[in-house]
Parts: sequence; structure tokens; C-alpha cells
Amino acid sequence: MVLVFLDQADGHIKKSSFEAACYGAKLAEMLGTTAEGILLGTVNDDVASTGTYGLKKVHTVADASLNNLDAQVYTKIIAQAVEASGADVIIFSHNSSGKAIAPRLSVRLKAGLVSGAAALPDLSNGFTVKKTVFSGKAFANIAVNSAKKIIALNPNSYDITTTGGTAEVVPFTATIDAARVKVAGTSKVTGEIPLSEAEIVVSGGRGLKGPENWNLVTDLAALLGAATACSRPVADTHWRPHHEHVGQTGLAIAPNLYIAIGISGAIQHLAGVNRSKTIVVINKDPEAPFFKAADYGIVGDAFEVMPKIIDAVKKLKSA
Amino acid sequence: MKILVCISKTPDTTAKIAFADNNTKFAADGVQWIINPYDEWYALVRAIELKEADASIALHLVNVGGADSEPIIRKALALGGDEAIRVNSENADSYNIAAQIAAVAKDGGYDLILTGKETIDYNGSSIGGMVAEFLDMPYISNASKLDVQGTEATVVREIEGGEETDKVQLPVVISCQKGMAEQRIPNMRGIMGARTKPLKVIEPAATETLTSVVSYDLPPAKAGVKLVPADNPEELVRLLHEEAKVI
Ligand SMILES: Cc1cc2nc3c(=O)[nH]c(=O)nc-3n(C[C@H](O)[C@H](O)[C@H](O)COP(=O)(O)OP(=O)(O)OC[C@H]3O[C@@H](n4cnc5c(N)ncnc54)[C@H](O)[C@@H]3O)c2cc1C
Ligand SMILES: Nc1ncnc2c1ncn2[C@@H]1O[C@H](COP(=O)(O)O)[C@@H](O)[C@H]1O
Repeated sequence: MVLVFLDQADGHIKKSSFEAACYGAKLAEMLGTTAEGILLGTVNDDVASTGTYGLKKVHTVADASLNNLDAQVYTKIIAQAVEASGADVIIFSHNSSGKAIAPRLSVRLKAGLVSGAAALPDLSNGFTVKKTVFSGKAFANIAVNSAKKIIALNPNSYDITTTGGTAEVVPFTATIDAARVKVAGTSKVTGEIPLSEAEIVVSGGRGLKGPENWNLVTDLAALLGAATACSRPVADTHWRPHHEHVGQTGLAIAPNLYIAIGISGAIQHLAGVNRSKTIVVINKDPEAPFFKAADYGIVGDAFEVMPKIIDAVKKLKSA
Repeated sequence: MKILVCISKTPDTTAKIAFADNNTKFAADGVQWIINPYDEWYALVRAIELKEADASIALHLVNVGGADSEPIIRKALALGGDEAIRVNSENADSYNIAAQIAAVAKDGGYDLILTGKETIDYNGSSIGGMVAEFLDMPYISNASKLDVQGTEATVVREIEGGEETDKVQLPVVISCQKGMAEQRIPNMRGIMGARTKPLKVIEPAATETLTSVVSYDLPPAKAGVKLVPADNPEELVRLLHEEAKVI
């Protein structure tokens, strides 16, 4: 059986978990078995409806003390569920929760872990999973040699498909330890689309000259329902907040569309965005390295080009 | 208080990524090796700052690697570690590396174990969590702030779309990222001093691995950029809508 960890925050199952569920369901089909989910904490969502992502059953531990993540507590519960259900493969999203829990579970179950998985396993000769390495510049094919296996899937790397099915929801009784990590508070950027989950990202670099020109980025982002990002020097000089910094030392993202305005495309910047499906570059220098990594580009002055692009998108959206 | 910082060796961020021996090995010729940036800039520098505020802190470094790790270990000592331990083992998987670090940590009785959020070559984001499970310690990943008062640590960690502030009793394992500290350059006194600081080499305790690298692939080359004339940016919007179907 393939067990999928359903991650939740603020009462809702995260989109990245639906992706993990679809991936788990497909893998189960390949292995001739079924996929089930495990959900810790309380949610407002209709859990049975996760069946549409291919899960036959969801084990729930609906205890409100689990609404905050303590990786140690979570690991022990998931390990109990693995034992009770006889799961052999456990799937996580490689998001903030997955990064905290999957490695612990790997040690607890002595299950080989492939984190940052980019594709379904190859079962033709053992169990080999492709993962991103060298910050998106390459892939490694990793053989998992243990009986139990854990995969943490890169967010935005597997298509979500729905079947309309419903999952059987079964409460799971687990021993729940007291959390050793106490959550003193959370602060979330409100009214903005979180960068790590955005399908479209509009990003600006030093070519925009100063924070006063950022409406060229934010106006387009607002029209496209996109998140905003920036290069490292832009965050370092406080033109933009630090959480927008993408690249080797910032956030690594993989949206469907990444629009880079006035960014040169240094290798360390590319390391954070090269997994984007479509890359658009607007830069006045035809020699800017970013063009080599781009799908579409305009060689031109952002201050002239961007207002026209914004107008054209406005027209498109109102058509 | 005793702090252990886990230091790994990675290719420089600008290194050309290529593979040898039928795509089974990283082509290391001409590659510059550095301390993994997250380990150096964030975990190590934050540990040094804590030590600067409290001289009674012992700051140890651990690396699992071959003799070729020694230059990066010496650099970490030059920045401010007190002593280092190298577990003489190569080509192990994450599980094995974590087991080695956990064995060192168990012997040393550390209050705080810091790692980087990930290595920039393997991108596992795994070693810290694995070490914590081996040691039955709490684990906080992707931390951007860390303060210690007495036996309690206050940690800010990144979550999707924001951050969370946690309080936890020591001992704890924390993986560190941007925000925690600023990059430093070792000074001459540090570099001279590092030559005589203890660097202990021990043989690996654990041998088991759970995974192995079969081969590497490079991503398919991009088809090449489609350039749209600057005087007709409307065409770009049309292409993104009709051809790429992304807006
Ligand atoms: C270890 C290490 C880690 C790093 N990590 C990161 C990281 O995580 N993220 C990151 O972004 N960087 C990182 N860097 C820095 C990186 O090397 C580059 O310095 C940085 O990405 C450059 O930012 P930029 O493209 O905004 O600025 P610049 O390199 O100054 O480029 C500005 C670009 O704007 C163009 N331009 C100027 N005016 C206009 C105009 N009017 N219209 C259109 N285009 C215009 C220019 O042609 C140029 O290409 C790292 C560096 C190191 C050494
Ligand atoms: N060989 C190693 N020796 C010491 N520490 C390591 C080693 N490999 C990884 N680490 C630590 O574990 C962190 C996460 O590594 P990874 O799980 O490979 O992404 C790194 O940032 C280091 O702090």
C-alpha cells in the first residue's frame, strides 16, 4: 500500500498534498496496490472528497493539538499508521512540513528516503527515483534499497488530475506524545499569494533602478494573480522584503510561468528558478545570460516595454 | 553550553555541472570546493555570534568526508570553531552520514546541533531531521532566527507564505537558512590560529546505507529563446496566452 501524508494549515489541506496524492495513486497503480492518505489535526475540508485524487481511504487523527507541527510527534503517529496499515511506500510533499517529518520517519522506519523527487519511480530494475540535485542544474537517479521507502515530491512537479471518487474516512487511534516544540506565534503574509505555491511569479532585479519603480512588477502580478519575487541584491538593499528573494541562497521555486524583469540571470539566481516551466526575460542587454535559460524574451527597456505589456494583459483579461 | 555545527563540502556555486564515467560520477576536475553556503553563512556564523556573546560556549564542527574535506574544515576553524571532528568516510548516503553525525553528537553531549537547510549539491534537506531522530531530539527545520536564553531556544522557521515562532528546550537540532546571520570573511588571526586548532579524525562507526546513486542526468537543453520585438510587446502576451497557454 502507498500511504500519502496530507499536510494541512489553517484548516485546509494544502494543494501540494493533492499533488502528492495523485502521484501516490499513480505509483500504487504501477505497483498493483492502492493509495491511502493520513491526515493529522482538524480541518474544515470534506476529507472524503480527497478520493477525487485517487485515494481509497484516509486515516484521520482529528486531534486539535496536532494543528501545529511538531515533527517528532507527527513522526511517531505516522510510524504507527504505517505499521497498522502495512504501507510500504510513504509519500510527502517536499514542502516545509515534509522537510521536517520525512527524514525523521526515514530513520524511525529504516526506510530509504528520496527527497526532492521529480518523477515517478522507475520500477524496471528495482526502485529508482529521479530527484533534483545541484540546485536544479541536474537530476540524480537514486536506488532505494530498503524494504520500506519514502518519497518527498517537489512541489509543482506532478499534474493534479481528478477522478470524482470519494475516499473512505477512517479515524485512526494513535498514541500522541506531548509536543516539545511550542508554537509561540505565526505571521503570514496576507493578501499576497505565497511565493512557494504560486503558479505565476513576476520578478524584478537591479535593472528596475529602485523600489519606486516596482509598480511595473506588482501591477502585472496583480493582473495575473501572480506572486512577486526579486533577485538577491534587490532584497539585500531592502528595495523588497527578504521573503521575495529567489535563488541559490533564497527560495527555490518552480511555477508554470516566471517573468524576470531587469535580472541578469546569474547562475546563483537561475539555481532558484530554473525548474519553472516557462521563463520570460525582459532585459535591455541582448547578452544577458538569462536569455539562454528563457523560453520567451524581449530585448528592451523595461520602463518602455512593461507599461505596454500591462495594458495588453488588461485587454486580454477584460476580453 | 556545547554547540555542534555540521559542515559539508560542496562545489562552488558557479561550478560547471557535468558528469563522468557514463554519467555515474560528478566531474570534479577543476572544481573549487567550498563550505556549503548554508552551513557557513548561517549555521556557523550564528554559532560564532552566540559564542561571542558567551565565551563559555564550546563550538565544535563535524564533517563526514575524506581527507580532501580538510581545507574547508580549516576555513571553518578560521572563522571561529574551537575544534573539529572529521569522520573519515566517503560516498555514503544521507542515512549513513546522519548516523555518523549522531554518533559523534552522542559522545559529545551537545545542547545545540546546527546544520544548513540543505546541501547545494545533493539538496537533501534531510540530514538534520535524521540526526534528530537518531538522538530522539526535537528538530526545527528552515530556521531564519535563533536565540538562546538559558536552556530555552527561540526559533523562527519558514513556513509556506510566512513564518512561525517556536520555543523549545535544549537539546535541539536546527537547520539554518537565510536571515540567521550574515556571511563573514576569516581574518589573518583566525587563519593563523586555525592551523593549530584540534582536528580529530575518527573512523566511521556505522556502515549501513539505504539508498545509492545509480546515475545522473542533465536537464534537456532549452529549445532556445523566442525573441519578441521590443516595439510589439503585445505579441508576447498573445504568445503566452495562445502558444504557451500560461496566462
Ligand atoms: C554564493 C552566492 C550566492 C548567491 N545567491 C543568489 C541568489 O540566491 N539569488 C540571486 O538573485 N543572486 C544570488 N547571488 C548574486 C548573483 O551572483 C548576482 O549578483 C545577482 O543575481 C544579480 O542580480 P540582478 O540580476 O538583479 O542585478 P544585475 O546583475 O546588476 O543585473 C541587472 C540587469 O538588469 C538589466 N537592466 C538594466 N537596466 C534595464 C532596463 N532599463 N530595462 C531592462 N533591463 C535592464 C541589465 O542589463 C542587467 O542584466 C549569489 C552570489 C553568490 C556569490
Ligand atoms: N558529509 C557531511 N558532513 C557533515 N555535515 C553534513 C554532511 N552532509 C550534510 N551535512 C549537513 O546536513 C545539512 C543538510 O544536508 P542535506 O540533507 O544533504 O541537504 C547540510 O547543510 C550540512 O549542515
